[in-house]
Amino acid sequence: MKYYDKLIFELSKEGRTGFSLPENTWPETADNIPDGLKRSGYPDLPQVSEPDVVRHYVNLSNMNFGVDTGFYPLGSCTMKYNPKINEETARHPGFANLHPLQPDETVQGALQIYSELSDWLCSLTGMAAFTLNPFAGAHGELTGLMIMRSYHMSRGDFKRTRIIVPDSAHGTNPASAAVCGLEVVQVRSTPQGVIDIDDLRPLLDDTVAGIMMTNPNTLGLFETEIREIEASVHAAGGLLYYDGANMNALLGKVRPGDMGFDIMHLNLHKTFSTPHGGGGPGAGPVGVAARLEHLLPSPVVGKSPETGKLRTETRTQGAGRISGFMGNFGVLMKAYTYILSLGNENVRKTGPFSVLAANYVKESLKDRYKLPVESLCKHEFVFDGLREANAGDPDREVTTLDVAKRLLDYGFHAPTIYFPLLFHQSIMIEPTETESIETLDAFIGAMRTIADEAVSDPDLLRSAPHNTPVRRPDETRAATHPKLKY
Amino acid sequence: MGFAYFPHTDEDIRTMLGRIGLESMDGLYSDVPEDMIFKGDFEIPDAMSEMEIRRRFSELAAKNVGLSVFCGAGAYDHYSPSVVQAIVSRPEFLTSYTPYQAEVSQGTLRYIFEFQSMMAGLTGMDCSNASMYDGPTSAAESVMMSVNCTRKKSRVLLSGTLLPQVIEVVKTYCKFHGITVTEIPYKDGCTDLEAVRTELQAGDVAGVLVPGINRFGIIEDLTGYADAVHAAKALLIVYSDPSALAVIRTPGEWGADIACGDAQTLGIPLNFGGPYLGFLCCRQEFVRKLPGRIVGETVDADGKRCYVLTLQAREQHIRREKATSNICSNQSLMALYVTVYLSLMGPQGMKKVNDLSYGGAHYLHAELLKTGLFREAFGKPFLKEFVLHSKLPVERLQKALLDVGIFGALSCGGDLVSFCVTENRTKEEIDRVVSAVIRCHIDRCRDIVNANLK
Repeated sequence: MKYYDKLIFELSKEGRTGFSLPENTWPETADNIPDGLKRSGYPDLPQVSEPDVVRHYVNLSNMNFGVDTGFYPLGSCTMKYNPKINEETARHPGFANLHPLQPDETVQGALQIYSELSDWLCSLTGMAAFTLNPFAGAHGELTGLMIMRSYHMSRGDFKRTRIIVPDSAHGTNPASAAVCGLEVVQVRSTPQGVIDIDDLRPLLDDTVAGIMMTNPNTLGLFETEIREIEASVHAAGGLLYYDGANMNALLGKVRPGDMGFDIMHLNLHKTFSTPHGGGGPGAGPVGVAARLEHLLPSPVVGKSPETGKLRTETRTQGAGRISGFMGNFGVLMKAYTYILSLGNENVRKTGPFSVLAANYVKESLKDRYKLPVESLCKHEFVFDGLREANAGDPDREVTTLDVAKRLLDYGFHAPTIYFPLLFHQSIMIEPTETESIETLDAFIGAMRTIADEAVSDPDLLRSAPHNTPVRRPDETRAATHPKLKY
Repeated sequence: MGFAYFPHTDEDIRTMLGRIGLESMDGLYSDVPEDMIFKGDFEIPDAMSEMEIRRRFSELAAKNVGLSVFCGAGAYDHYSPSVVQAIVSRPEFLTSYTPYQAEVSQGTLRYIFEFQSMMAGLTGMDCSNASMYDGPTSAAESVMMSVNCTRKKSRVLLSGTLLPQVIEVVKTYCKFHGITVTEIPYKDGCTDLEAVRTELQAGDVAGVLVPGINRFGIIEDLTGYADAVHAAKALLIVYSDPSALAVIRTPGEWGADIACGDAQTLGIPLNFGGPYLGFLCCRQEFVRKLPGRIVGETVDADGKRCYVLTLQAREQHIRREKATSNICSNQSLMALYVTVYLSLMGPQGMKKVNDLSYGGAHYLHAELLKTGLFREAFGKPFLKEFVLHSKLPVERLQKALLDVGIFGALSCGGDLVSFCVTENRTKEEIDRVVSAVIRCHIDRCRDIVNANLK
């Protein structure tokens, strides 16, 4: 059924139903709603039977590629294995039916998960306190920046409205800063791919709220001058924000708190193995140093001094409320389960194994792909396209996009491409610690074959993919003639 | 000892280190200052087996109390069909990333396209994005979008009848984003249109956010809003429960420019507050100001119909600080819950869910009034949620309900309490609420008598 091509609406037939609801015995129905407040007519929803619905979505799922399908080296996304026990615990009926506003004494188990997970994340990152309320990485960034601004404002320091962001940063960093009302100031990278301290120093004045950093950065390189950066930013009165998107490299080995960061977020859907669900839900917990703890968004989980029972609390000094309730709780349960599975012993191997895999792949391919910075990498690395790409020949030139599309034919998901923006042909590869050497070797083999094909048969790459449910989409047409609904 | 998620044998490690030219694993961190390497013990538990983890969760679950839910306030105990869980558990959906590579993501892209179609249909709007985090953040994004669409205006009006968490989240975003918020008071339980009109006169208002069904459960009559708001060159934003939109007047019918809210009511379990699903729909002319992912239809190299992420020039990975929003990860899988749910329900199922909720809620409402222990609050039309003045002390009432396993009578300030009834509540459960209320009254009378006797 690889070539299934239906929308659910196209299966619809007047009069078919797919629901199972009890007989309606109430005297009143929604027909009693006053006419002026009533919808005119039924919504245009499909009318399909239950088996039709099941078959349709199973067929759609067959057109998808997930971590459970195959190797998914998407850089900066940490597509590690998503353990099944996580799914089982997150569906536990003792939690799935809890209403978020239930009295604290009836949700002690849920609050314990929230509280323990916060504590564990503190220990793993070296921060003093965590909120688990942010829904995603970018939401964590925004929350962290709100805390940063609240800190300065609480000290009567209202002029700190600029934030320093490296040119290699994830796009969410400047975007989150803008949502938070901060002006973005870009700091350059050196030719070695790390923050240029000489470019940074003159930017540090009393209008700077702080700096957002990813360490290792998006090139997968450890910012070796971190001590110096930390001292300079703090001396200027700014705070250091750690973008945890790349935390997998350091998990169990290096803690952001020990690097001097004041605020950070984690992506539980990256580092802590919760599945990405085709784009979410994730979770973006935010950790802070002790002097910022009072600024965490509400609600927070605290302990009653009298009874020792856990309770939800509202902080009046904090950044405010950033979520309806207490975050993506189901996702938190999965990360909680993952930490229980790892334990102290295995968590120490997580970062190192991810770094081992990345360096292994890098060293195995750098003779065929351009490596802009020759150095030890962390959990990921970036190539700047093929070494032999027939560059300059418009009929034979092979781009990073072509390489990515050809990888799909070989049964691998493509790496992240055209990011970071520092290079024109970026291919960002992150293999993670859950892949075997055989899988890595198969990927390396495919990448080398593609490098051969680029020379022998560039058209094969330029027209790839050939073996996927659909071929290259016409994206221009999608954008110029948007058709956004059936 | 081996660990199930790590495939490395000692030999594999040696081979890999050899290729890299390193002697030991420690060499992988030679670029990190030595004093930054963590050498202590983490304060986390020792590794547990699956059996131990299952036991741990059973113990944790035993510390919760399962209750019969008669509370809404932004999270509703609607029934979720068995098919929904079966489909969302498919690993091809569950373990995929954002559909950047369209050729191997047609499953995700197609259901998002279907989701957008269904949400546009339910809300009566032209288009929908692929999802937001939750209702309150979708409201915050809508408010920022209204400022972005109207230019040079930086004030928004929020109805005081919105759910408290919606008001709080919107205020947090606005405080940092530099938007002034004016909260509109309510009159007789509904947003005060006259107050809105007065505020609009200043000419600096970008958007007006009002609920379709408000925090008191009242279906608000939004007649006159669109004209007033549009005359002031502002945008009308309506916050809705999309389940109710199968029967009540839609944001589109009220003339809204933006519709937002939480789609948790469409097949997503309560889950102690998340993950839920924010949605954001708008009129066609504002589509390029929508935040978040959008899926569009196109053709592939062979001319075959296919789907892609589109209009990406709005998004953070392209536009960075000039993007319409910072959102990256959204709640995609939750959109699959909703799409499967709505496919099963269809127009008749959605009508029936609302009929059952309406019937149960109105039955409870009538029975509670019959006890003489409650007084009508606003007397306005409602669907599945309503408020009453309680003559019983609110805390005592809540406790009496809890004692018989019922979560209800949520405090709405003073002696106002709210109840919610979905199709998931049986007549027996509803009758149990009523008898618990009467019992509470009897116990209280006895306490008073006893106290007087003493």
